[in-house]
Amino acid sequence: MSRTLFDKIWDAHVIRTIEDGPSVLYIDKHLVHEVTSPQAFAGLEKRGIGVARVKNIMATVDHNVPTINQHLPIKDLISRKQVETMETNCKKFGIELYGLGHLYQGIVHVIAPELGITLPGMTLVCGDSHTSTHGAFGTISFGIGTSEVEQVLATQCLLQEKPKQIKIEINGKTSNGVSAKDVILYVISELGTGGATGAFVEFCGSTIRQMSMEERMTVCNMSIEMGARGGLIAPDEITFAYCRNKPFAPKGKKWHAALEYWKTLFTDADATFDKNFSFNAEAVAPMITYGTNPGMGININERIPNHNETSFERSLEYMNFSKGDKLKGKKVNWVFIGSCTNSRIEDLRIVADFVKGKKKAEWVNALIVPGSRGVLMQAQAEGIDQILLEAGFVLREPGCSACLAMNDDKIPAGDYCVSTSNRNFEGRQGPGARTLLASPLMAAAAAVYGEITDVREFLN
Amino acid sequence: MEKFETIISNVVPLPAENIDTDQIIPARFLKATTKEGFGQNLFADWRYHEDGSVVTDFVLNGDRYSGKILLAGKNFGCGSSREHAAWALYDHGFRVVISSYFADIFRSNALNNGLLPVRVSEAFLKQMFRWVEAFPSAKVKVDLHEQTLELLDLGVKKSFEIPPFKKACLLNGQDDMHFLLNLKEEVIEYEKTSKYMQLIN
Repeated sequence: MSRTLFDKIWDAHVIRTIEDGPSVLYIDKHLVHEVTSPQAFAGLEKRGIGVARVKNIMATVDHNVPTINQHLPIKDLISRKQVETMETNCKKFGIELYGLGHLYQGIVHVIAPELGITLPGMTLVCGDSHTSTHGAFGTISFGIGTSEVEQVLATQCLLQEKPKQIKIEINGKTSNGVSAKDVILYVISELGTGGATGAFVEFCGSTIRQMSMEERMTVCNMSIEMGARGGLIAPDEITFAYCRNKPFAPKGKKWHAALEYWKTLFTDADATFDKNFSFNAEAVAPMITYGTNPGMGININERIPNHNETSFERSLEYMNFSKGDKLKGKKVNWVFIGSCTNSRIEDLRIVADFVKGKKKAEWVNALIVPGSRGVLMQAQAEGIDQILLEAGFVLREPGCSACLAMNDDKIPAGDYCVSTSNRNFEGRQGPGARTLLASPLMAAAAAVYGEITDVREFLN
Repeated sequence: MEKFETIISNVVPLPAENIDTDQIIPARFLKATTKEGFGQNLFADWRYHEDGSVVTDFVLNGDRYSGKILLAGKNFGCGSSREHAAWALYDHGFRVVISSYFADIFRSNALNNGLLPVRVSEAFLKQMFRWVEAFPSAKVKVDLHEQTLELLDLGVKKSFEIPPFKKACLLNGQDDMHFLLNLKEEVIEYEKTSKYMQLIN
């Protein structure tokens, strides 16, 4: 029988299916961080049970950590307690922790791929909605709540109803200045924030095939923003080349055996989906969001649409924009480059390339936060840190930073921030803060010119 | 988890669409290491001004509406996976959320905490908003055994869907863990026979 990529991975991980009910799904990798795990560990203690498979777990701290002076004790006492609780729990249950200062520490969704912990064909979960990122490797990866974190810790399994499946095919070559972030913001603006609810999305087509792993991760990362449980992309030579020789990737004979299996992971030609969409990448221009959900995006030369609907109008009121406005030329005073969407080395290279020899606008605070210690060290090795400093950017230590207004990095009320993160919800970057989602290149241009620009005008 | 009992209650209407979990409970309140007390910060940025004073016209702050049932616009609970959103709603006293659809992770989290997400059609949701806003004292009965939602004064009854396994869990006050913990042997057997497990480990 013809099967999709999703079916093949799903079938290989179902231990049993309950009649008229969910399936018991085996989880290969469980990523754990400080914010959504303490109550799960406490639950285990209350039940008097331990962790089933410590080797299937990767643990780090990312959401609630400062991005300055990580070698010093955390100043915020409540945050410090949460990070210490993580350390205590990992020690108690025998889990290795990539804590602050560790060479491997960083945003869960950045470090697992770069360490070779994420590998094709896996099931992978984390108490974080952007776990969808790992689907870029051809995995079934999805975010879970704390009750489920506890279940996976205790049993290495989850009860899951098999989701619907959507195929999104994107073909064509993107034009200069248009990145994976623009492609996914465009798709979300077309399908809406609930467009893929209840489904896993397989991305395919020539545009996806041409993308690097970093770009594919950006696409899959944001599949949750159209409501999808996860996104996934069939692994190919680009995937295998990325995984090869990563610290935790299989080596020698095992690598070859794995590779042979991974090459069977694709959707059969006559397999069917519940829904199909197709898009032309040539039609995509640099995107920017104007509202308070990621579906509210337009291309840089468009005007804010004219919808007469209460939630839409409330959203514009929050942003202090009007229907029919163009965003180009609007002054901004914050730029945030980071988050699990766009904080990988490739993103930093793109930014450095653009700002080299330029200076940020005087009134802009330009914050750039690498996704991992590894990315930071690589940036330093390539001299990217110097380029950014000379351009007036502040380069921080790894963490989720200003993506979610949980740690010290927040955008002040009323200020506009061009951000490479994934969510522009009300208050997401700080109470009253106004977020405009864009690509790293568009964010770099906004920092240099101090306003929202069409970056293509400055490329040659 | 407490058993889910039949609910008869007034309804609190919150007609905004795409209410994300950052609105339900902002990230700065996720620093806690226990599950208790999130109700006081439910919808914090809509409910309180920056100086901590109450936003008087927000629905949870007025006298007009109260009850255990929240009525909300489509795509409720989108965004972050934080289960703190379900804890906050439950802690505040809600036992049912009615919407035309829910984000997947929120829905799972709600069900794992005895908070029932009831999905109705977009047209019926609109009708309910009109009705509740016109008659704030109107009562709604949510019967999980029968899988029905009844607008008591109108005599209108609608059935709703829920996966049978989850229905049994809610009625018995059990979460998935009870089931999963009994599978130890099967999991070991799977790990022995799974070709993929051997490739990766």
